[in-house]
Amino acid sequence: MSSQTVSNSHQPLSHSVSGTSCYSGVKRKLSMTLLAAAIGATGTQAFAQDDDPIKVGILHSLSGTMAISETVLKDTVEMLIEQQNEAGGLLGREIEPVVVDPASDWPLFAEKARELLEQEEVDVIFGNWTSVSRKSVLPVVEELNGLLFYPVQYEGEESSENVFYTGAAPNQQAIPAVNYLHDEVGVERWVLAGTDYVYPRTTNRILEAYLQEEFGVSDEDIMVNYTPFGHSDWQNIVSEIGRFGSEGKKTAVVSTVNGDANVPFYRELSNQGIDAVDIPVVAFSVGEQELTGIDAEPLVGHLAAWNYFMSVDTDANYDFIDAWLEHTGEDDAVTNDPMEAHYIGFNMWVEAVEKAGTTDVDAVKDAIIGVSVPNLSGGYAAMMPNHHITKPVMIGEIQDNGQFAVVWETPSTVAGDAWSDYLPGSRDLISDWRKPMECGNYNVAENRCMGSEAEEQAE
Amino acid sequence: MRIPCYVVTTRIVTCLLISLLSWLPMTGAAQEPDGQALLEALDTRSFDDKAAAINAIIESEQPRADVWLQAMLDSDLQRLKDDGRFVIALETAGLDVTIEDALTGEAMGEVSRRNLDRLTINNALRSQLRSAISLVELYNGDQDARLDAAEGLIGDVEDAQVAPLTNRLDEEPSAAVRERLNQALAVYRLNQGDVDAIEVLAGSLNSQVRVALNRATQSDDPLVADAASAAIADIQQNLKINRGLETLYFGLSLGSVLVLAAIGLAITFGVMGVINMAHGELIMLGAYTTWMMQQLLPGQPGMALILSIPAGFMVSALAGIAIERGVIQFLKGRPLETLLATFGISLILQQLVRTVISPQNRTVITPEWMSGSLVVNDALSLTLNRLYVLGFALVVFAALMLIMRRTRLGLEVRAVTQNRAMARSMGIRATRVDIMTFALGSGVAGLAGVALSQLTNVGPNLGQNYIIDSFMVVVFGGVGNLWGTLVAGMSLGVINQVIEPWAGAVLAKIIVLVFIILFIQKRPKGLFPQKGRAAEG
Repeated sequence: MSSQTVSNSHQPLSHSVSGTSCYSGVKRKLSMTLLAAAIGATGTQAFAQDDDPIKVGILHSLSGTMAISETVLKDTVEMLIEQQNEAGGLLGREIEPVVVDPASDWPLFAEKARELLEQEEVDVIFGNWTSVSRKSVLPVVEELNGLLFYPVQYEGEESSENVFYTGAAPNQQAIPAVNYLHDEVGVERWVLAGTDYVYPRTTNRILEAYLQEEFGVSDEDIMVNYTPFGHSDWQNIVSEIGRFGSEGKKTAVVSTVNGDANVPFYRELSNQGIDAVDIPVVAFSVGEQELTGIDAEPLVGHLAAWNYFMSVDTDANYDFIDAWLEHTGEDDAVTNDPMEAHYIGFNMWVEAVEKAGTTDVDAVKDAIIGVSVPNLSGGYAAMMPNHHITKPVMIGEIQDNGQFAVVWETPSTVAGDAWSDYLPGSRDLISDWRKPMECGNYNVAENRCMGSEAEEQAE
Repeated sequence: MRIPCYVVTTRIVTCLLISLLSWLPMTGAAQEPDGQALLEALDTRSFDDKAAAINAIIESEQPRADVWLQAMLDSDLQRLKDDGRFVIALETAGLDVTIEDALTGEAMGEVSRRNLDRLTINNALRSQLRSAISLVELYNGDQDARLDAAEGLIGDVEDAQVAPLTNRLDEEPSAAVRERLNQALAVYRLNQGDVDAIEVLAGSLNSQVRVALNRATQSDDPLVADAASAAIADIQQNLKINRGLETLYFGLSLGSVLVLAAIGLAITFGVMGVINMAHGELIMLGAYTTWMMQQLLPGQPGMALILSIPAGFMVSALAGIAIERGVIQFLKGRPLETLLATFGISLILQQLVRTVISPQNRTVITPEWMSGSLVVNDALSLTLNRLYVLGFALVVFAALMLIMRRTRLGLEVRAVTQNRAMARSMGIRATRVDIMTFALGSGVAGLAGVALSQLTNVGPNLGQNYIIDSFMVVVFGGVGNLWGTLVAGMSLGVINQVIEPWAGAVLAKIIVLVFIILFIQKRPKGLFPQKGRAAEG
């Protein structure tokens, strides 16, 4: 077993480091010393000796297919915790990360979440990437009344009392991206390509409905294609996209292809000579991190829609990048959108805890609604009553250095919408977790809370 | 008239301006805006304004206009935040960027990335810049560059370019380039609603031409629409044939990947009878060796790739020997235990890579000569990286056949597998043969890894993705028969690619799997079963 996975034993609450590798153990000791020095110097704040540390659970895959994307998120939360501790901790207490490795195994996510909540008794969990893993964790955090901050763009159609969605809902990513392609690029023919699981399927269902309803796109101008996780043989699909695109109408590919299957996909695109000027690909799951695995030169001009890019030109962003480079010790480390989502989520949680004066889950849940913290693109992110946040939407074009140049952005931030307005089953639903409504799926047409019926209907 | 041009890079010609001016109407150089003002106009958020600014630069008489356009296309044209000077980024090292002054070209040393503002472009501007640069390249002495430029112009000709292009057509010495230029102009005329243009375009397989013709079929002018439909119908038949050939190529290419992955297994599992679940990880080691070689030889990805062929073979072969000596030899004749033990080894190897190297995928660079595609005609081009892998697979296969049929090692291997006791009594050291065979099979897996590093992701899970396919191919082809592996791999590849367009990638895989299961029910020993006494042994 790797040194990164946590032993199952219940550890006494001491300064012993639970779980992280011995490296970060050293780092932690160092930061503790620094901290002690800082406290000695200012004398304003000190940890109460008998106070337990506040425990933060980190539930990201450190092995398996998703390790590629998720390991950096674990590192991000660790860095944020370190920074918070250096700044004096939280409520005068130290924050302690508890790292577990669900190994890209969806049922294991649920087990590990239970372990975090029941045995480690963490106050909050930051974690998950794929929607299927979130669906697996959902019943556990609801049953044990935990807090989960989910940092990745997702398909919507969900709102849980115990989950805070700091990634984009479809109306904060997919819909604006399609608008951009239609209005600015003049696209009339659409390829919806995705990996075969819940996020791409739901997103594409929403997009299909949206394209037909808003732009009157006919069925023959939409091509839908699904591929398995880790697909590597893209020859046929790419050649079909090329044919589909030479029918006389401007064509674009909307890609919800997830994970490392993107590398051979883009490679095939460039080898078959499909150029971004002719058929642009707009991706919802390709960020700076994914591009480190590709020679970006042939991809220049393809697009991605996100709420943050590493190339965003603000001081907050430069500070974040500098801290990240220092934390990883690599000069060429990159930052990406889900990292920013964790940055926002973590700061929101910290602020809510300070506002509530306790880490008690119910108190934090109430306090966090309306909390607003700076994002990295120069604006503010506010937590909405439906547990989604406000985000700017940006379209970036891939540059030869693996970065994105922002070519379009919404004039103001967009609030996340849990239930899509374009699917018949969910257009009447709203989510509001404030008292007295406290309902994640209130049907405004029938004036009642749908409870567990909502998701069945949204299907 | 021939204009002297001095090539600065392969893409830019220093005399851009002179050549441009030779076809543009002289506007009189009296009111020429200065460089700074031209560049200032670029620094706007509106892409429409930027397009106008770029046109102004193209028409200007600035000596460095070509450099600006190219730098703009490469996103290297930037602006210093503190004093507003325009600079060109030359090289990025970590947080610092080496720059030169855009106006004068004088070197300015390094500045922090924070201090730079990129002048971003979008796809529309990119296409505008490219077509401006291609116009210049048409005057480039190199015929290939002219051909590329002319091809790039098809579907991209703008009003202002028609006159200079028509002039150029008369001067162009090469027939191929003239044909392209003619097509480019015809597409322009077709877009303007000229019926006669269709005659020039008839029979062309170029995708931009098809786009234009397809668009013309919806024209309001019935004459144009009918002529365009007829031209499209003509092209259709030709396209179908090319499409069939393309599918065949896709199938063979997928097949070659399957053969490469399975051929090592055909030796260890097929010939020796060892169920090696760590076979996929031996492939992974080969792929990581390629990455390692590229790290050791920075800047020479092609050389590194060629050197990794022997290196990948050695690494995987040594790992194979270690596995054979360390585990498998103690489990002879106990297939279940071997299966479990080697599965354990595969997990260990994966985790080892994760811990020692990184859980992240590694970037293996595709050398220049392997990227792009071999253009057979406008509708059929074969991607080069896959073409090389196809060739490599056949070479590896031929070499293996040679070893098994023509060398002493091959003879001994066959003897030991057919009758171990008899072979030993004839003086063959069976243990040594075991080691050599396993090393050979593992080494070939390493070769597969080197090839796969050019097609797919190099990461800890690489092997897992291929182990099932490999077993499938070996079982389908007939255990112990190398020819069977070749035929099975190639046919599975082709079947998969034929089904995929209408069934989708997920269903195609399932259909192929069901097909194999049914096939094995009928013929348990695969396509080419071993015959004779050896088969019973």
